[in-house]
Amino acid sequence: MTEIMLITALVLFGLASAITLVRIIIGPSLPDRIIALDMIGVILVSVVAVISVLLNTKAFLEVILILAILAFISTIAFARYIERGVVIERKRNR
Amino acid sequence: MYKPNDLILRTTTSIIVFILLGFSIYLLLAGHNSPGGGFIGGLMTASAILLLYISYGSKAIEKILPINYRLLIPIGLLIALGTGIGSFFFNVPFLSQTFTYVQIPFFGKMELATAMLFDVGVYVTVLGVTLTIILSISRDQKS
Repeated sequence: MTEIMLITALVLFGLASAITLVRIIIGPSLPDRIIALDMIGVILVSVVAVISVLLNTKAFLEVILILAILAFISTIAFARYIERGVVIERKRNR
Repeated sequence: MYKPNDLILRTTTSIIVFILLGFSIYLLLAGHNSPGGGFIGGLMTASAILLLYISYGSKAIEKILPINYRLLIPIGLLIALGTGIGSFFFNVPFLSQTFTYVQIPFFGKMELATAMLFDVGVYVTVLGVTLTIILSISRDQKS
């Protein structure tokens, strides 16, 4: 019973990430695509959590934290690139 | 000409960087019995320092962390080589390893292996290589 529920959750996560992929492809502007990529990162974190429950192992728990951290840092870097044009500034304004 | 204000990003960064550094040390120490190790620990430390560079700019961070990251590559390689050469003093082949159980206060009985020192070498080398690549690419701008 639990297995059917987990597999249903995985299918729904796949559906959600397919919808997000449509937004990445047809997204009119660059920030739309970046938000969609960040959402795919969050969906991947959930998928790894569900899979680690399904396989009955705790070897994937580090992957969840690392994926969340990398999604955060890459979104920050993309946002910095859109706003300022550079990712790492040489000198601050103030 | 508007003045950018990064208050939320800087406040969030100064909290998250501590979590990241603690997690990278955990990954380095847990590599013997669970997923982790020197490589992914070095990458996590590099991403923490990269987050500092992104949110505070390179001039402020070079004042806080005056480390030449190119120097970390030979230091890490020398640590890794030193653990290999150290096995010659005990009349065993190159890169042999051993472990022992040590009673440490507050932690209890722990297993200390010499493969840990090799992992530290890998950690320092990966940290140096990653930050050297990222910072030398990001220096190429006009302003």
